[in-house]
Amino acid sequence: MLNPDSVGRTFAGTDSITISQSEIDSFCAVIGESDTQVAPPTFTIRITLSQFEAFLTQPDVGLDWSRLVHGDQKFEIFSPVKAGDVLTCDATIESYRVAAGNEIVSVRSDLHRAGAVVVSAWSTLVVRA
Amino acid sequence: MIEIGTVLPEKVFYLDRALLKQYADASGDQNPIHQNEEFALSVGLPNVIAHGMLTMALVGKYVSDFADGAANVLEYGARFVKPVIVPAGEKVDLTVAATVSEVVDGKISLTLSATSAGVKVLGMAKAVVRT
Repeated sequence: MLNPDSVGRTFAGTDSITISQSEIDSFCAVIGESDTQVAPPTFTIRITLSQFEAFLTQPDVGLDWSRLVHGDQKFEIFSPVKAGDVLTCDATIESYRVAAGNEIVSVRSDLHRAGAVVVSAWSTLVVRA
Repeated sequence: MIEIGTVLPEKVFYLDRALLKQYADASGDQNPIHQNEEFALSVGLPNVIAHGMLTMALVGKYVSDFADGAANVLEYGARFVKPVIVPAGEKVDLTVAATVSEVVDGKISLTLSATSAGVKVLGMAKAVVRT
């Protein structure tokens, strides 16, 4: 179970992430996108989901990642991500509730480039009973 | 002419196990429910299912095409209501369509629909693009 005291906490990713052209190319190839100048709209999930996993499975937060399913997802893109971008990610646990034994956690992540937010993403994650 | 209520042409994507593996590698999401049938069945799923984010990525391609490039996609969100089920050796459809729901200040909002084998897989799917 998630530690309810975690709600409202923001976790700052310490490492910066440099986006490579090859990872954009690989993502574009899956969806048949021939324009690889900018990353596809959902590309940054590649960064945010692994950051969420790192934050939410910390012992003092305690989410069970193994029974997780994705409930919903939203992106707001202020500036498209491109190869060479150096991004940092922070994540905030916005809400938490338990319904019929399922844990429902809403998490927000912000990706920054040189101090400015480039993509905000909201994920609802469900740990199945 | 794009106005509220304009219905955009339907597009069909096809998913198979190879595409799921390709997406797993491209996204870093190696959850075995998207690759291993035995594992998927053991956790109560009907079969291997596509990553919800793969479904969303394909519908995102539809949005990018409409927007004349991913750089013009400003907002995009969806709820995962049913999984896309991908049996071994089959290609399953993901059928995408959209209706214009708002046109304002150089922005167009789309209400998207996505079905697989006739079942609605995304709910509340919306995007806002720059014109």
